[in-house]
Amino acid sequence: MSLAFDEYGRPFIVIKDAESKKRVKGLEAQKANILAARTVARILRSSLGPKGMDKMLQSPDGDLTISNDGATILEQMEVENQIGKLLVELSRSQDHEIGDGTTGVVVLAGSLLEQAEVLLDRGMHPIRVAEGFEMAAKVAHETLDSISEKFDFSAENLEPLINTCMTTLSSKIVNRCKRDMAEYCVKAVMAVADLERKDVNLDLIKVEGKVGGSIEDTSLVYGIVVDKDMSHPQMPKVIEDAKIAILTCPFEPPKPKTKHKVDIDTVEKYEKLHETEQKYFADMIKQCKDSGANLIICQWGFDDEANHLLYKNELPAIRWVGGVEIELIAMATGGRIVPRFVELSEDKLGKAGKVKEVSFGTTKDNMIVIEDCANSKAVTILVRGGNRMILEETKRSLHDALCVARNLVKDNSIVYGGGSAEIACSLAVEAASDKVKGVEQYAMRAFAEALDAIPLALAENSGLAPIESLTAVKAQQVQEGNQRLGIDCKDEGTNDMKKQNVFETLIGKKQQMMLATQVVKMILKIDDVITPSGYA
Amino acid sequence: MENGAPNNLLNEQATEEKGEMARLSSFIGAMAIADLVKTTLGPKGMDKILQSQSRGQEVTVTNDGATILKSIYVDNPAAKVLVDISKVQDDQVGDGTTSVVVLAGELLREAEKLVNMRLHPQTIIQGYREAMNCALKALEDLSVNHVEDPEKYKEDMLKIARTTLSSKILTNDKEHFSQLAVDAVLRLKGSTNLDSIQMIKKTGGTLNESYLDEGFILDKKIGVGQPKRIENAKILVANTPMDTDKIKIYGARVKTKGMAEVGAIEQAEKDKMRKKVQKIIDHGINCFINRQLIYNFPEQLFTDAGVMAIEHADFDGIERLALVTGGEIVSTFNNPEDAKIGECKLIEEIMIGEDKLIRFSGVALGEACTIILRGASTHILDEAERSLHDALCVLSQMATDSRVVYGGGCSEMIMSKAIEDLAKKTPGKRSLAMESFAKALRQIPAIIAENGGLDSTELIAQLRAAHVNDGCREGIDILTGTVGDMTKCGINESFKVKKCVLSSATEATEMILRVDDIIKCAPRQREQ
Repeated sequence: MSLAFDEYGRPFIVIKDAESKKRVKGLEAQKANILAARTVARILRSSLGPKGMDKMLQSPDGDLTISNDGATILEQMEVENQIGKLLVELSRSQDHEIGDGTTGVVVLAGSLLEQAEVLLDRGMHPIRVAEGFEMAAKVAHETLDSISEKFDFSAENLEPLINTCMTTLSSKIVNRCKRDMAEYCVKAVMAVADLERKDVNLDLIKVEGKVGGSIEDTSLVYGIVVDKDMSHPQMPKVIEDAKIAILTCPFEPPKPKTKHKVDIDTVEKYEKLHETEQKYFADMIKQCKDSGANLIICQWGFDDEANHLLYKNELPAIRWVGGVEIELIAMATGGRIVPRFVELSEDKLGKAGKVKEVSFGTTKDNMIVIEDCANSKAVTILVRGGNRMILEETKRSLHDALCVARNLVKDNSIVYGGGSAEIACSLAVEAASDKVKGVEQYAMRAFAEALDAIPLALAENSGLAPIESLTAVKAQQVQEGNQRLGIDCKDEGTNDMKKQNVFETLIGKKQQMMLATQVVKMILKIDDVITPSGYA
Repeated sequence: MENGAPNNLLNEQATEEKGEMARLSSFIGAMAIADLVKTTLGPKGMDKILQSQSRGQEVTVTNDGATILKSIYVDNPAAKVLVDISKVQDDQVGDGTTSVVVLAGELLREAEKLVNMRLHPQTIIQGYREAMNCALKALEDLSVNHVEDPEKYKEDMLKIARTTLSSKILTNDKEHFSQLAVDAVLRLKGSTNLDSIQMIKKTGGTLNESYLDEGFILDKKIGVGQPKRIENAKILVANTPMDTDKIKIYGARVKTKGMAEVGAIEQAEKDKMRKKVQKIIDHGINCFINRQLIYNFPEQLFTDAGVMAIEHADFDGIERLALVTGGEIVSTFNNPEDAKIGECKLIEEIMIGEDKLIRFSGVALGEACTIILRGASTHILDEAERSLHDALCVLSQMATDSRVVYGGGCSEMIMSKAIEDLAKKTPGKRSLAMESFAKALRQIPAIIAENGGLDSTELIAQLRAAHVNDGCREGIDILTGTVGDMTKCGINESFKVKKCVLSSATEATEMILRVDDIIKCAPRQREQ
């Protein structure tokens, strides 16, 4: 570590405990950072595209995840390096914003940094590189706008949407039943979508998983699913037009908070007590019955006597429903949570079209499904799978498909996939770079080159000769002026992505390029890394 | 940082295996698991002893793939995938848990050779997928459906049960047990819910003495001095405390001033109980079954009234009883006219070995039955239960898909032939993968023969030659050790099980093949 000395030869202390800290400066720092980022990108590179390979990740507890979803891999990898963490964040923000293209964004950032390194070696200043990249990104942005097309679908004709979701799902573990899954996703999105405002609230779609059964048993429920069963095994399993009393008080005689004692000293009192006790139960049931409820959902338990009385009075009941679920049910059904029996009245009841208990498979698993809730459009996709690993991966895949459907509802502009958009942008940036004076020209060319990394990786992962296929497609695009040409990953014999039905949303692609450029700029600007030495 | 990689990208204790290394480690792990269960495949498969880690070191002897894999602790990630598919197979169809692992292992073994020939894993996967579809089609063409013909349907079921059981401990008495399993499943009348078939294990006797009992058997005792046999029983199933009714009002306590009052209260308590018992008896019943304990006093009251009282039937038993007798579970007794009372023709106490059990026969719901397993030791009984459960699962699945295919390696040979024909027509490297798929399929009968101590190479060669002709139904008859016609040997298997084995194994293989990077995070630090 270099230290400055004053005129008496004493070291000048700028940073506290400078001796015990590791410090990397200048070009060296940039190179180290680029290297770290590239390492992360290299791991993900082979997972890009429909034929991308999977990664097997073992968590600290020994649980297994097999995935080719960029965000998931990075999240579970537990990256320790600071720059590596930046890329993890990058992929996560793409996931949150768009939900798809999480691998692509990291690969693009990695490739941009790789190009930047060459320029730095030539002695270009990092800031100039960053600026060149920025300019190039702007050009690419405009190109994307110009090549985008509108995607047609309507509430009646969902087929195109389903096809799109199927494309997303085909690279995932669920491809065996992608048709069903795609339908569920589209239906779920359409159920909660506000087509007027072009808005979809994904919070209303709950993806619930339960281990057991097979993926084919996955189902879409227009309502809420609660992992409970009816309190008495012989209560009706289906309730139509349910009026739900949502209670947070137990079916028990009251327990006053003040300390008290009831003294019994005669037989009469003893018998009276017994009567009162019975009356309590009868009253409680009567209050429920009088309010017009035909289903009781209770946060607490009830004892055998109350249970049987409820059954006798044809009041099906669900007990021990958790606080969060109680709230959810109350919100969805428009009911009020009632803390005392006396307060129970008809206007406080929640309403639902149908409540039923469904059982699954050979194992005795029951769940309560509340459908057609009065207030909310909430839907649940109930995912089933043989084990936790498959279940989690299915949930993630469904999330991706849901996001794709949502994005299309929000904005139906699309660009074609298979690397065609990247090739088109690369050509445009290349052309634009020639008109730029100054060193930025080099940076822009580097950007164009970096964009090629995506189709290259796609071709490589699909088992094609990467450089050959890329140059062929590029030449074809220039010759025919057709920006829909991309890499034929699925070996279908055509390079036209419109025919292959492979496309991505415009927002997704734009976001990908923007985010990648931003992160690269950020990394390039760092010229000093100080770490406490004991840490590394 | 000289070696080109930053040294602190991941935690120090984390490991990463890439590309070839990753593939190698998953191949090795998966094949190790497959080899482990390989020897248990087929009618002459060997058993494994599993000793549990926990206190008591219980021993399990089994050749059920799912049970073996469930009990061993694996660390290799790819091996875990195989353990998982065997579990899925168990959940879905209940049988073929070993086959699925062995087939996946063989597919991976073949894939390894292809990878070494520099074939891209994705190409292999594609070839495998096409081969699987082709095999499924061949299997479908081969399958026969006898659902319209009840006689033949039953015959099919018997054959399947026999085939399933022949690889288990019950193989000596397979005739007996297959009949037993088929009878039990036929009672279900198409439902796949095995709940109404109850299995009771009692040590003593031989496996041969196991039998199917129509009706419900409860492993409980009848109260002292009560009738041991009731015809046309009216049963009240209840869940109520029969000691003293607890006072549920919070804070209540009994405070007395003298002995006399204590006596009075006690009397009141007794009266209350007497009233309760009277109310119960007023339902017009002659059998009372309670989930909770019945104390001596009420029991005596029941005895006086000539009512059979059974205490402490657990929750499961109560629900099942309520289900089969058609009664309801009652907790209050004020309205005798409303309560639904269960009925059955006969309740009697029977002896199995040295234990007394209560049998409810002639119950309302005809689906219920009980299988009583007898055997020399608990290990044998446990294994017998597992085997029978497998058979019952397979048979009950017949209700949803009644197609059957031929066993003894016949269907494997036909599938592999169909795939090879397809491979010949397929241009490109995929055809290599298809050929490998066919080869892997042929390994299954080979392993079965090998486990039986037969010359597998010779037999497979003979079979292959025989299967050149279309419509050939030759397979290996393991008992005689020769190639024979499967239609005559009566070795059938359920189509659904075969299909599941095929698709799950291919899926698992695909899953493992697609991995090119294994990242193991640093193990969580546990405080000792």
